[in-house]
Amino acid sequence: MTHKSLLVADARTKKRNAAERRFKAYGLTAIVVAILALIMLLVSVFGTGASSFRQTYATVTVPLPEDKLDKSGVRDIDVMKKVTTIGYTKLLNEGFENVVIASGIPTELSRKDIGGMLSKEAAATIRDHILANSELVGTEATLDLLMNGRIDGYFKGRVTMESAALDSNTSPEELALAQALKDAGIVHTKFNWAFLTNPDASDQRPEAAGLGVAILGSLYMMIVVLVTSLPIAVAASIYLEEFAPKNRWTDLIEVNISNLAAVPSIVYGILGLAIFINFLELNQSSPLVGGLVLSLMTLPRIIIPARAALKSVPPSIRDAALGVGASKMQSVFHHVLPLAAPGILTGVIIGLGQALGETAPLLLIGMVAFVREYPAAYTPDAGLFGEASTALPVQVYNWTQRADPGFVERASGAIITLLIFLLVMNAVAIFLRRKFERRW
Amino acid sequence: MKDTNMQNPKISAKNVQVYYGDNHAIKDVNVEIADKTVTAFIGPSGCGKSTFLRCLNRMNDTIDICRVTGEIKIDNEDIYDAKVDPVQLRAKVGMVFQKPNPFPKSIYDNVAYGPKIHGLARNKAELDEIVEKALRKAALWNEAKDRLNSPGTGLSGGQQQRLCIARAIATAPEVLLMDEPCSALDPIATAQVEELIDELRQSYSVVIVTHSMQQAARVSQKTAFFHLGNLVEYDDTTKIFTNPDDPRTESYISGRIG
Repeated sequence: MTHKSLLVADARTKKRNAAERRFKAYGLTAIVVAILALIMLLVSVFGTGASSFRQTYATVTVPLPEDKLDKSGVRDIDVMKKVTTIGYTKLLNEGFENVVIASGIPTELSRKDIGGMLSKEAAATIRDHILANSELVGTEATLDLLMNGRIDGYFKGRVTMESAALDSNTSPEELALAQALKDAGIVHTKFNWAFLTNPDASDQRPEAAGLGVAILGSLYMMIVVLVTSLPIAVAASIYLEEFAPKNRWTDLIEVNISNLAAVPSIVYGILGLAIFINFLELNQSSPLVGGLVLSLMTLPRIIIPARAALKSVPPSIRDAALGVGASKMQSVFHHVLPLAAPGILTGVIIGLGQALGETAPLLLIGMVAFVREYPAAYTPDAGLFGEASTALPVQVYNWTQRADPGFVERASGAIITLLIFLLVMNAVAIFLRRKFERRW
Repeated sequence: MKDTNMQNPKISAKNVQVYYGDNHAIKDVNVEIADKTVTAFIGPSGCGKSTFLRCLNRMNDTIDICRVTGEIKIDNEDIYDAKVDPVQLRAKVGMVFQKPNPFPKSIYDNVAYGPKIHGLARNKAELDEIVEKALRKAALWNEAKDRLNSPGTGLSGGQQQRLCIARAIATAPEVLLMDEPCSALDPIATAQVEELIDELRQSYSVVIVTHSMQQAARVSQKTAFFHLGNLVEYDDTTKIFTNPDDPRTESYISGRIG
């Protein structure tokens, strides 16, 4: 055939080029949509959640009369413990009113209303402080105490004068006083470490709720998952990939592992409930059971990438090792496994990441429990992993169900924390991958 | 076929058959291979020469569907005997592969790996000596001595193949199998490796599979011609290339089949 001039594109070429341009445009659109979705997620989560890392406190000087707090007069802790938070609330109200009067800010609020601007948690805070420092009785103590959720919300823009007028838990007068106190430097907002260290709090005090127990619970579960699923998954994939005879049983196992990876996670929750709690009678809600359930779920998700990593090691390496007289096992452990390690590691971290964010199976084994106190478990004698705890994603789920709008902020804050954990894990994975990868 | 019985062969194969599943890949091969000689296996692609080579150190064991019958003896010991551990066999029968396949480790570790796993050195000094000797024998010492700790995969193709040869001879084998060792190399590297093969003949029985008839003619003393799984002719190299008995051999070396 005779070719026309190369300077003029013919019809077929034009059509092909147009098709390629269209395809590139589709791809680009997909990427843009994905990025927009990500931005929307981050904006919505950080928009509502970032403020949970800041919290409003008031500096209050509380009188600590001995006749009210220590009937024994000799600082007998057991006697002092008989004074409940209700007793402390009175002192607190008195102390806060004194602070307001001393500041010279005029207000028509009653002592009870002024005291009500503090969190219900404040009385517990001061009681714990006094029980730990009994020598303070008879003097007075100056402490940073939590303001209640409405006042805190006001400084974060969640509560307005209009909404306060309709709210039985606060009033525009309280907000005005809080603003004046803030201008006077008595009320201030600071970084909220308590959000990361406190346990959960009840419905009426979102300002005191924290992720401490959930973070520890998640951490312990990840340890359980790592310790159980990593060796089992790596051993299983090495056996299947390198040693197992190729027959229909191996095929059957392979198909089943792939299927297991796709089984809805809640099914593992039912399995865990049946095996670990009903049959083995382990404590429900404990990180041990949670970790074991998540291990079951994670195993196939690690085995599949681990096998792929082993498969991708060139056969010439195995030949080379066998050729100099290495045994099968030596060839696997000296040569194949080190080369597959980065891939296996990536699979492990991704599996752990999925396990960290998994909620459904944990609901079934009771990890949704409201854990008000640090479990005694986190003292060594109770067995670190055996007591009721909660986990980060479950805490998110839990908080989104509470009525107080303060918990919406907390839930988003918990999501941010979860995302940061995942980010750190992925960063570790990338670091390890780079470290182990042989670039030669 | 001419009777090729020789005195004290290093390797002797009798009635060897190899099957890949239903495929009869090697058909009743009988051959005796002498010590301190280079023996070349030639033949067109798919004729079974590599398969037969891999029978000699039981590398075919790694292929599930491969089945070998008949008898292969090295130093009058049947290597397919149930008592033989292929690991010990492969220390005695080293192998160099078609594509250079150094481990992704340093040059030193590549060569030292075999001696280490077979416990050939009692201490670091002995190991150093083995490594140096192997690299010298493989004519790589001068190029590699200053970079023993740099990666083996950073060498050029020809150097990599010589490194693989050094790795194979470091375990002190008696037989060296080479499966098309030069097919991935340029002419200069090929010449170097060929020269090396000629020197290795002093110490080992070398069996080389090659696609290149010129190479077979240059390096070997004995040549076996395989065709469609049969050993067609086996004789002195000069005889095969000048005056073959079988018409098929003649067709192949003159380029009419293959």
